[in-house]
Amino acid sequence: MSDRIFGIFGICLAVFYAWATLQIEESFLSDAVGPKTFPLIVAAILGLSSLIIALKPDADPVWPPLGRLVEIGAAAVVMVLYAELLPEIGFILATAAAASYLTWRLGTRPLSSLITGALISLGIYTVFHLILGLSLARGPLGF
Amino acid sequence: MDTLASLSDGFLIALTWQNLLLALLGCFLGTVMGALPGLGPSNGVAILIPLAFTLGLGATPSLILLTSVYYGAMYGGRISSILLNIPGDEPAMMTCLDGYPMAQKGQAGEALSLSGIASFVGAFLATWGLVLLAPQLVKIALLFGPAEYFALFTLAFATLGGVSSTNQAKSAFAAMLGLGLAVIGVDTQTGVPRLTFGEVHLYDGLDFLVAIVGLFALSEVFIFLENRHGAADADSKKIKIGRLTPPWSMIKSCTPTMLRTSFLGFIAGVLPGAGASLGSFISYSMEKRLVDKKGTFGKGDPRGVAAPEAGNNAAAGGALVPMLALGVPGSGTTAVLLAVLMSLNITPGPLLFANNPDVVWGLIAALFIANFMLLALNIPMVGLFTRVLLVPPRILMPIVAMVSFVGIYGISGSSFDLLVMVAFGLAGWLLRKLDIPLVPIILGTLLGNTMENNLRRAVTISNGDYGTLIDSPLSITLWTIALVGFILPIFVGKIIKRRMRAEPTSD
Repeated sequence: MSDRIFGIFGICLAVFYAWATLQIEESFLSDAVGPKTFPLIVAAILGLSSLIIALKPDADPVWPPLGRLVEIGAAAVVMVLYAELLPEIGFILATAAAASYLTWRLGTRPLSSLITGALISLGIYTVFHLILGLSLARGPLGF
Repeated sequence: MDTLASLSDGFLIALTWQNLLLALLGCFLGTVMGALPGLGPSNGVAILIPLAFTLGLGATPSLILLTSVYYGAMYGGRISSILLNIPGDEPAMMTCLDGYPMAQKGQAGEALSLSGIASFVGAFLATWGLVLLAPQLVKIALLFGPAEYFALFTLAFATLGGVSSTNQAKSAFAAMLGLGLAVIGVDTQTGVPRLTFGEVHLYDGLDFLVAIVGLFALSEVFIFLENRHGAADADSKKIKIGRLTPPWSMIKSCTPTMLRTSFLGFIAGVLPGAGASLGSFISYSMEKRLVDKKGTFGKGDPRGVAAPEAGNNAAAGGALVPMLALGVPGSGTTAVLLAVLMSLNITPGPLLFANNPDVVWGLIAALFIANFMLLALNIPMVGLFTRVLLVPPRILMPIVAMVSFVGIYGISGSSFDLLVMVAFGLAGWLLRKLDIPLVPIILGTLLGNTMENNLRRAVTISNGDYGTLIDSPLSITLWTIALVGFILPIFVGKIIKRRMRAEPTSD
């Protein structure tokens, strides 16, 4: 069933891809092939293989229960927040927060996860910034 | 003779303090990453690529660092196979069969050191194979025109799923997804933006490093989050390591096995679509058939440890041949290494040997040096690496995630790339669940532009005649191999995969 849904999604993706390709405005200076041919071939094979996936599905994978899916979604949200906040609040704070969250959700107890997160953040800062001289995001506090 | 002269030049390049230090660091990190279940060679190299760039290393030093990681990870995979019966990476799967029983008999130390020696033999012979074979392949590759290259890339995609692939539709889907992503950005030949939807960040195209780190490293984090209550927290059982040197008689009895399987593994590595996992599998089954007269394989026979380890390390070396000589990688990790080359503005392929001999031969010399370092690291210091296995995933995975973010942010300093990486991480998780291979996606994003350019060049040269693609005997041969390579697994793939799975359970 999963494969059937995925195959249909793939066909939609291929159609969308082909449509988007046709929207490309061609320049008046073009080679014999042009910028559209290759993406159209890609879209065609993409659609064809999706069709086969939908028609001949494999056995379903073991999907995690809803709670686990929420877990993965939440982690993704934390990572997005991390990406957005990194330049605002600086590397050490952002990283400590994100690392604490991840280690907590992976099974560390709440209090020790705060410590673990802080240590990970400081450790990376020491190795990559202080020793290797990599420039990391600088927050209002200067680190 | 020419080759030997180039090789000695290579040693001159590799034998600087900086490069030796980088090789040592790479070997160490590689062994650690190989040993940790869940972090294989491709993930290991993927996480470290951004670092090599942000450190501002030159082409040769970065390659030395990253290929040492690659070789190191192939060595390290065996440690958790033997001690925990959990393969550290996929090629180390076969090592569990005899390695774990040996450890249970109290011979863990002997199994570890013997497999270390086998790894060394395999990798050492394969590096010589690389020295001898790659320049010959280059001579053939110099005959290639754009049409042949287009056929060659098609061949690479068609065979990437490997003979053990069970669902070719999914391999094809993955390859097209990758090629489709590569199209995004300003068209290099006509200058029109394609599929950017007006997003300025996309005009340069997607950075394939972002895709690689997201697909490989971040998706691993999501997998661990999903299985938190599962096998992830496998505590290492206390196993006595025992003596760390195998008796001479054991090494002697394993020598023919190591030599045979090194050869076989190397061939498996060079051929498109085989790779290290298949290399170790074939090696193990061949040895079992040849020398297992008393039925001791699977019950802790030292030869059963030596065979797959020599095989998979030889395959790792063999896989470098097509990557360096043709610019077409045959395995996941070499695809990631190709990404390194391309980001360093080095075009792999036949011209690499002519234009950047220092890079090629420096790299090959470094492989020899790394091999000796790995032998030294892996025999006396193996106890140190077994400690690493005690780091629980709940601490390890956040570190992996954060180092990935640091690396990517270090390259571009843009939050947009981080967001794209998170999206790739989620997509990677979903695709893995659906059993869609990730390597063709990576290869597609890497080779997409070159492939399209070769197509357009070939057709433009012949004034718009598409027949030119199948005009020369060379390209017809390539197309035929591609076709056979794509269709064959549909019939035999299921059988081989079943055998690979059945082997561990039946014994």
